[in-house]
Amino acid sequence: MNHGMEMLVGNLLRSGVILAGATVFAGSAIYLFYHGFDVVHYKTFQGEPEELCHVAGIVKNAFTMHGRGLIQLGLLFLIATPVARVSLSLIIFVRQRDYLYTAVTLLVLGILIYSLLYR
Amino acid sequence: MNVLALTGLIGMGSAVAGYLGSLTGLGGGFIIIPLLTLVFGVDIRYAVGASLIAVIATSSGAAAAYVKEGFSNIRIGMFLEIATTAGAIFGAFLALRLPTHAIAVIFGLVLMNSAYLSGRPREEEGGDVVKTDRLALLLKMNGTYPVPRGSRSYNVRSVPSGFGLMAIAGVLSGLLGIGSGAVKVLAMDQAMRLPFKVSTATSNFMIGVTAAASAGIYLNKGYIDPGLTMPVVLGVLIGSTIGARHLFGAETKKLRMIFGVVIVILAAQMIYSGLKGWIIP
Repeated sequence: MNHGMEMLVGNLLRSGVILAGATVFAGSAIYLFYHGFDVVHYKTFQGEPEELCHVAGIVKNAFTMHGRGLIQLGLLFLIATPVARVSLSLIIFVRQRDYLYTAVTLLVLGILIYSLLYR
Repeated sequence: MNVLALTGLIGMGSAVAGYLGSLTGLGGGFIIIPLLTLVFGVDIRYAVGASLIAVIATSSGAAAAYVKEGFSNIRIGMFLEIATTAGAIFGAFLALRLPTHAIAVIFGLVLMNSAYLSGRPREEEGGDVVKTDRLALLLKMNGTYPVPRGSRSYNVRSVPSGFGLMAIAGVLSGLLGIGSGAVKVLAMDQAMRLPFKVSTATSNFMIGVTAAASAGIYLNKGYIDPGLTMPVVLGVLIGSTIGARHLFGAETKKLRMIFGVVIVILAAQMIYSGLKGWIIP
């Protein structure tokens, strides 16, 4: 892995965190504006509404400009950042014709995608 | 308490947690969970979900800097991520099945152990290159890292025991919503004999991927509440960014000591409250 690729991986990680942080921040402004004076309880676990628990639902909810949906989309960007990093490593290993590490990376990517799409 | 007040308080607490976590190298998750459960009375499942997301944020931010400096070994990281991600998924499923009291007790025990591990004196790079083994050679793990003048090469050994320790680190991460950086560094530093800087950087590089593996399952089970996680993530990000700039000061050692004492008290409190809930439901 040469220095250029390390820079690429580093920049990808940084951009992911910045994008996620900005989205969470925007969502929090909307959420606090409409719900700032609501009273919330986190003492008992109720789980989250169905649409905030999976990728398709979160994207749909966020596009209707709901504060909580937008925050959840930002959190999803955060979870996706390491997944994108692994995908980028996959491309790098394929281009280096390093088949052993292509297989290793595919396995890791498979585990990550399984978890993300788990229902 | 209304949302505005709660968000402000949790945000400030998380910023302090992120600051101390990055300054001491223990990570923010260790203070976030006791802070949310003991101080704010949050159910441990929500706390674990919020902490896991914060772990991804800080690790990705820190890894970006480390990778650019050339300390991380991306091959070693990727290979060991098979163990940590598989372990993390197992840990997340375990978290869904274990009673919350048991999780609190396990958290307290792991917390104490990590405080001990990171508090031990470290031998700096001795300079003698260890003998490598065939598996490390086959997996092309030996590498180089930058030193003030040029670069120094290093060899890797004991890949299977490192892999096993990484699987344990993954399970703990998925079960407790922490980065378990201490166990990861132990695996690479002690078992595989990597130079300390390389193992720290590579561990940081792996934490985000490990946490992402259990985050999907947490998300699906409703452990991740946007209203609660938002101040935690933003606070920890701000705190750890400031903490990373203050690194290597003379006061760090003293702070590490104080932090160690705080950790032990928090851990004892988590174990006590877990046991109390267990015995007297």
